[in-house]
Amino acid sequence: MFGWEFPPHMSGGLGTACFGITKALSGLGHGVIFVIPRMNAGDEPSHVELVSASKVPVPKQLFYEGILKRIDVRHVDSLLRPYMTQGQYASLLRKQYYHLPVRRRYDRGKKGYVFLDISEKYGPDLISEVLRYSKVACVIGKSHTFDVIHAHDWMTVFAAMNAKKVSGKPFVLHVHSLEFDRSGEHINRNIYDIERYGMESADHIIAVSHYTKNIITTRYGISPDKISVVHNAVSRTEAGRSYHIEKEPDRKIVLFLGRITFQKGPDYFVEAASLVLNELPEVTFVMAGAGDMMPRMVERVAELGIGKNFHFTGFLQGSEVERVFTMSDLYVMPSVSEPFGISPLEAMLYDVPVIISRQSGVSEILRHALKVDFWDVKEMANKMIAVLKYPDLVEEMVERSREELKNIHWETAAQQIAKVYRLAGV
Amino acid sequence: MPSVCFYFQIHQPLRLRHYTFFDIHSDHEYEHREQNRETLQRVTERCYLPVNRIILNLIKKYRGDFRVAFSITGTILEQFEKYRRDAIESFQRLADTGCVEFINETYYHSLAFLFSSREFKEQVISHRNKVKTLFGQNPKTFWHTELIYNNDLARMVEKMGYAAVLAEGTERVLGWRSPNYVYRPAGCHKLKLLLRNYRLSDDISFRFSDRKWSEYPLTADKYARWVHAAGKTGDVINLFMDYETFGEHLRGDAGVFDFLRSLPGEIMKHPNFRFQTPAEVAGEYEPVARLDVPHFVSWADVERDLSAWLGNALQKDAMHTLYGLESKVRRRKSEELLRVWRMLQTSDHFYYMCTKWFADGDVHGHFNPYASPYDAYINYMNILDDFSGFMEKKERSA
Repeated sequence: MFGWEFPPHMSGGLGTACFGITKALSGLGHGVIFVIPRMNAGDEPSHVELVSASKVPVPKQLFYEGILKRIDVRHVDSLLRPYMTQGQYASLLRKQYYHLPVRRRYDRGKKGYVFLDISEKYGPDLISEVLRYSKVACVIGKSHTFDVIHAHDWMTVFAAMNAKKVSGKPFVLHVHSLEFDRSGEHINRNIYDIERYGMESADHIIAVSHYTKNIITTRYGISPDKISVVHNAVSRTEAGRSYHIEKEPDRKIVLFLGRITFQKGPDYFVEAASLVLNELPEVTFVMAGAGDMMPRMVERVAELGIGKNFHFTGFLQGSEVERVFTMSDLYVMPSVSEPFGISPLEAMLYDVPVIISRQSGVSEILRHALKVDFWDVKEMANKMIAVLKYPDLVEEMVERSREELKNIHWETAAQQIAKVYRLAGV
Repeated sequence: MPSVCFYFQIHQPLRLRHYTFFDIHSDHEYEHREQNRETLQRVTERCYLPVNRIILNLIKKYRGDFRVAFSITGTILEQFEKYRRDAIESFQRLADTGCVEFINETYYHSLAFLFSSREFKEQVISHRNKVKTLFGQNPKTFWHTELIYNNDLARMVEKMGYAAVLAEGTERVLGWRSPNYVYRPAGCHKLKLLLRNYRLSDDISFRFSDRKWSEYPLTADKYARWVHAAGKTGDVINLFMDYETFGEHLRGDAGVFDFLRSLPGEIMKHPNFRFQTPAEVAGEYEPVARLDVPHFVSWADVERDLSAWLGNALQKDAMHTLYGLESKVRRRKSEELLRVWRMLQTSDHFYYMCTKWFADGDVHGHFNPYASPYDAYINYMNILDDFSGFMEKKERSA
């Protein structure tokens, strides 16, 4: 399996999904070799850092031990990070260069050749880094035995195809996110081409929702027969209930949690917050996350004069996420285009009612969430107010959501994925 | 000589428009006029007019031996008067045959009985008057919204002078007994209780077009055989259903019109069987036993109780808030405010907030204007908020 991120190093939904999927697959008795890019994996000259499972730095939590038995995680030294753009890659590359020990910086003597020097280690741009990363796959494909190649999203497409070339095994492409989701109509043509190439070459495609399947058929011209929908799920962590926070009943908190990027619709959240605050001036809005739209959001909040009630937390991790969910009275996911969206399920685990955008995959499986079109700011505000105002509404939603969550398992997803493997010719 | 008693419920609510928090205090228009008009037009074309024609022809063909009963709510009668006079005229032609009984219920198809006996009686009386004006009949039979029934309702109905009342023939009420007899409600002395044979009724309204059903396709002669079999050990087979079953829930071209056209003939092929209306049944048959129904039953869902309208926190909150306004509304002595408050009582508004069947995406979504029960609740509560505030404002300015 080729992925982008895996616990404990992760920043987004893809890592969460990969963790849930591999855990459940191994629970069904399947072995998984997981190949991920990781920065500063080591200084070895080799492109591949082969780390046996026992050497993978894993937190000591009990639940990791059992699952990782059948999952062999391999880190590939690379600067690739999930949801990366060319600009971000370039800046990370520069940063990486500055952090290198001085002696390496001057290895080749002249200052002017620094970039070339770096390029021996990392690709000069995002696409070449993706290609470089894919070479790893040839090594893994030759040196290991496996039955199917399962790749997640466009960055791993070349890797998967290389592995297929050397092993002859079927290739399943799992689509968690598309260029159209991330960039709207202003797509990066190269990435789009890689996505389409991957879809065309794959023996079968897994889409995380019907919403995504529809984009794959209409925008990429792929036959729907080749695509299976497997919805994501959510993992229950024992730590989930460890926070006990006394909520102030008069101080309601509305939460946005995610990357502050075009795709996640933070601007609609801010506009709706302003409408709500006109009516209910005591509400607090929290925007948790980081992203390229953050400066604009801060500015807009100031413009609207709602800064007193609107907080930015920056990027949150682990226990901070748990804490912010526990504190919240309402979770809103106003995504412009969300292939799935696991975070509303996480909010529901904390008994937080959720409002989700209709333009999301998760809305296909959630019945006890309120749904809005992301652009309908007035309706979003209307529903926020309703949740803040009517305790019976919250009671009913939370109660029913608990029941609903009982039927959402990674095991179900893994069983469907195993079926897809058979469709792909395993 | 067993009787077959056909009773049809005819109702369309006044659906509410999309009403957000930001409309409160600024817009007092609650009805979704366009949607209501369109729905009424559609159902009139697909169901009310064509099925009325079929029934009229059957009555003529069998020279009065085919008889049916209708209950037409006040909310739909008002909409007919506004948009489709021809539908009223079509029902009047049926009334003129003398073979159709018009049954009484609450004008607004409400659950007022559960909250205010004064309000309940007023709504029943206004429906009675409406039926009298339009169809020239003084109703003798009562049915409560969605076949809701218990001992208390029966006693109230008897006091109000009715000869017969209808209820669901569920095992919860009957135990080992058969629905195919006339009963006497506990605590009543004259009133007769007719119980819906839900198996035979639902064979038409729910299973007719179900291709997975082992009896599919259902033909009139097959169905008549079942009726004949049921009649061997009973006096009356009560077939109660929504009129919209014909032509709207089940499309006419799917064979349900032909089924209806041939059914009376097939049933009357057996010389012992005849058609009667509820009042005629009540006048002819004596109760075989007393039936004690302390708890509410209805014809809705598998539970056959009140949970379709009062099963969750949303519905209870909305209902209690609504009926909590009664004294305030009455104090205003405004016909218009009273009318709006009553329109908001129509049970459909609460049915849309039901979350229990929501889980399996049931067929009950028919005619439902909301994407989810939560949307229904939010919309309704925003309207109640405005209505309540509007009344206070009037009170202050008065």
